[in-house]
Amino acid sequence: MSSTTATHAPPQAGVNYLNARRGLLSWVFTLDHKRIGIMYLVGVMGAFLLGGVFALKLRTELLTVGKTIMDADTYNQAFTLHGAVMVFLFIIPGIPAALGNFCLPLMLGAKDVAFPRLNLMSFHLWMFGAIFFVIVLLTGGLDTGWTFYTPYSTTTTTSVIWAVMGAFILGFSSIFTGLNFIVTIHKMRPPGMTFFKMPLFLWGLYATALIQILATPVLGITLLLLAIERAFKLGIFDATLGGDPVLFQHFFWFYSHPAVYIMILPAFAVISELIAVHSRKEIFGYKFIGLSSVAIAVIGFVVWGHHMFVSGQSQMASIVFSFLTFFVAIPSAIKVFNWLATLYKGSIRINTPMLYALGFIWLFTIGGVTGLFLSTMSTDVHLHDTYFVVAHFHYVMVAGTLWGFLGGLHHWWPKITGKMYHDGVGMFASITAFIGFNLTFFPQFIMGTRGMPRRYYDYLEEFQFLHVLSTVGAYVLAVGLFMVLFLLIHSLMKGKKAPDNPWGAASLEWQTATPPITENFHETPKAGNPYAVYDFEYDPQTGDYKRVAFSDATH
Amino acid sequence: MLNSLLALAQQPRIAPTEGDFWFPPQASSFASKIDSDYYFIYWVSAFFVLVIAGVLVLFTLKYHSKKNPKAERTSTHNTPLELAWSILPGIVLLYMFVLGFEGYTDLRTPPSNAVNVDVTAQKWAWTFTYPNGVVHDELHVEKDQPIQLTLSSVDVLHSFWVAAFRTKMDAVPGRYTKLWFTPTMTGEFWAQCTEYCGTNHSNMRAKVVVHEPGGLAKWLAVEGDPHGGGRTPAQAGEKIYKIQGCAACHTLDGSKLTGPSFKGLFGRQEQMLDGSTITADENYIRESILNPQAKIVSGYGPVSAMPTFQGRVKDNDIAALIAFLRTVK
Ligand code: HEC
Ligand SMILES: [Cu+2]
Repeated sequence: MSSTTATHAPPQAGVNYLNARRGLLSWVFTLDHKRIGIMYLVGVMGAFLLGGVFALKLRTELLTVGKTIMDADTYNQAFTLHGAVMVFLFIIPGIPAALGNFCLPLMLGAKDVAFPRLNLMSFHLWMFGAIFFVIVLLTGGLDTGWTFYTPYSTTTTTSVIWAVMGAFILGFSSIFTGLNFIVTIHKMRPPGMTFFKMPLFLWGLYATALIQILATPVLGITLLLLAIERAFKLGIFDATLGGDPVLFQHFFWFYSHPAVYIMILPAFAVISELIAVHSRKEIFGYKFIGLSSVAIAVIGFVVWGHHMFVSGQSQMASIVFSFLTFFVAIPSAIKVFNWLATLYKGSIRINTPMLYALGFIWLFTIGGVTGLFLSTMSTDVHLHDTYFVVAHFHYVMVAGTLWGFLGGLHHWWPKITGKMYHDGVGMFASITAFIGFNLTFFPQFIMGTRGMPRRYYDYLEEFQFLHVLSTVGAYVLAVGLFMVLFLLIHSLMKGKKAPDNPWGAASLEWQTATPPITENFHETPKAGNPYAVYDFEYDPQTGDYKRVAFSDATH
Repeated sequence: MLNSLLALAQQPRIAPTEGDFWFPPQASSFASKIDSDYYFIYWVSAFFVLVIAGVLVLFTLKYHSKKNPKAERTSTHNTPLELAWSILPGIVLLYMFVLGFEGYTDLRTPPSNAVNVDVTAQKWAWTFTYPNGVVHDELHVEKDQPIQLTLSSVDVLHSFWVAAFRTKMDAVPGRYTKLWFTPTMTGEFWAQCTEYCGTNHSNMRAKVVVHEPGGLAKWLAVEGDPHGGGRTPAQAGEKIYKIQGCAACHTLDGSKLTGPSFKGLFGRQEQMLDGSTITADENYIRESILNPQAKIVSGYGPVSAMPTFQGRVKDNDIAALIAFLRTVK
């Protein structure tokens, strides 16, 4: 039992947020951000599993030219649902709603988010939106691609309206979470914590929340218009009714490009925490990292047209969008350089969270530089809508977001569950997934430049070898990820009890009991420098880190 | 660094006719410029990836907690350094933008002597209309003759891509879009659809044939006119069946695609969506081609997936199609 709990609240010893109340209803209607975070965690991992099953079906189908296991229509539905489920149900809510919900109030030394009821409602809306996707699965599927491009989406016979309504509802869930986080960060920072003394994870969540509340409404309206167009032949997007299909693409990407940053900024933010804590160093260039998140969020709003260089959009628009796109590359590069500088002269601990963080840097760097080929107009015309793009965005979104998510999950797992996991198995799983991932997606760059378009059920024989490599990679990746699942389940059942601060981190979530009590802290903690890891010393007796000094922020 | 990278990017590579590790052959006037842009970005990227990965591995080994049990407190920021690594890559990025801008302007500015060919996209076939009125499912052009394609679509979005030419453009319903290129190599290439368009998206391919100068006229005379070349009406009909993309939806062997098979169609009693029965005679076939929504075969409703061919097939084409269908038993 931890000393914190013992000294501060003897009558409640052993009581924490997990065992304070019991029963299904105590979870479903909880207002505790930590429990809501856990429900999200279970939900998004379920969604990831579903999306992953679709991915494996796709890769298996692509093993051979022509039909392998399914017909073309089934394939088209599988890639659509793979994309839609992964994007709307896993990647977007993954880090902010699951890990963010758990960590944000703790990192602020606060009792909860600003609006706990709204937070619960976000989760209920997420569930509700997910149910719509289940209905889609049961009522004829969806074959539009996750992008819902018109006029295909207004003319196909599949369940477009259910899917669009589902995404619409999920949008509200996302907006409410964003709103909640922004207010919480503005209003509930503890005494002494100015904006520039916040952990960088909070900067990332803040920048993400800005995009969530400003961009998501546009997606909502667009999808609503699409549903109305389909139901009543309104004529907004359908050329035969006087509408314009390219307009849909503008609307769609106005949200969906910034959404890329909803997916990746939280991952960046997780990595900043992981790198600093596990290299036992203060983060290098705090302000540049924090502000670069905001810069990415802002610039991210004005680059959507880079998805449309060959759509028929005006030449002028393409030129402007290409120009602006290059500016997003800079803040992303800054972060990578700062992380490397943080490692310099550190005492780098190679464990599961750190392996994900280091893997992230490699994967994200590849994802980032391959983006340059797509922002350069001359090369993009060739590469647009090919496997090169597929590889690029999987390097960014899967490798980026998933590695950030898994790194964060392994990092905060002891705090969340009160249990440790087997580090060796964790590292083995991480390396397996890393190898599998690169084997899956690197060959796709080559396919793309050589002439393999995306969303293809069938392909020319010359691409088979690369497709086989990619499929084998996908199986290896799946094996790695299943190991993660078993590792975590094993930890829940048999894991050793986790100390309060197993990594020696200085941010506030580690300065309370593990697992935390329902109120998080007995009294509002004093906020110092969130990266002053040198204030903590390892105690081999308890396996815990103990505070030996208190440093205020120095940035 | 920039100069040496540029030099690398401009180095001649494997004979362009074969393609290299990354690319299919360079078969249009843009290809070498676009590939060299690609290689410029490629080497810049490789440089950064290797530096980053190198530093990452080096630091992880050198400062591993076993070797370096206590972290040293180094400075936590360094504004000149941070500005430097923001601005210097920025300059390289700006250069990339300029490269892309040049290439793109070229891709979008057809020369005045370009010959126009109209391209109609439909699920799941391309049809090409040549200046002399010939309609065909293959694109035939001559080496060194600039070609402009005017793209349109009769149903959903499609996109026309010839990888060997390094250019692509969407076909958008309700508007015309344009694409041009000058082929620089004779041979056969694939044009593929790159905007997802449904069931047979991945088989929406057209053959692109580049002839020697002077070869096109000969081809147009023999192959271009389905009714020419001494073909019987039924043979002409078979050609039209392929050229107009009927084959994408109708088979001749009884198997079912998006539309019913043509096998044994002529003279058969067809069950309609509204319950009536109709004999598939000349009038019915003509109506099916010109106004597919008028009578819909049972099992293919509520809306027929077949686009109208009104204005795209001429009377003698319909006659030839009918003659052909009579022979498909
Ligand atoms: C995009 C797919 C598609 C294309 C291309 C297409 N059709 Fe069809 N066609 C259909 C469908 C679906 C039906 C059945 C519904 C209906 O009756 O309209 C059909 C029905 C027909 C019928 C009636 C068949 C019957 O069993 O009664 C004829 C005749 C026909 N098409 C001829 C043609 C010809 C000739 C072409 C080429 C010039 C063509 N179609 C191109 C989809 C297509
Ligand atoms: Cu984008």
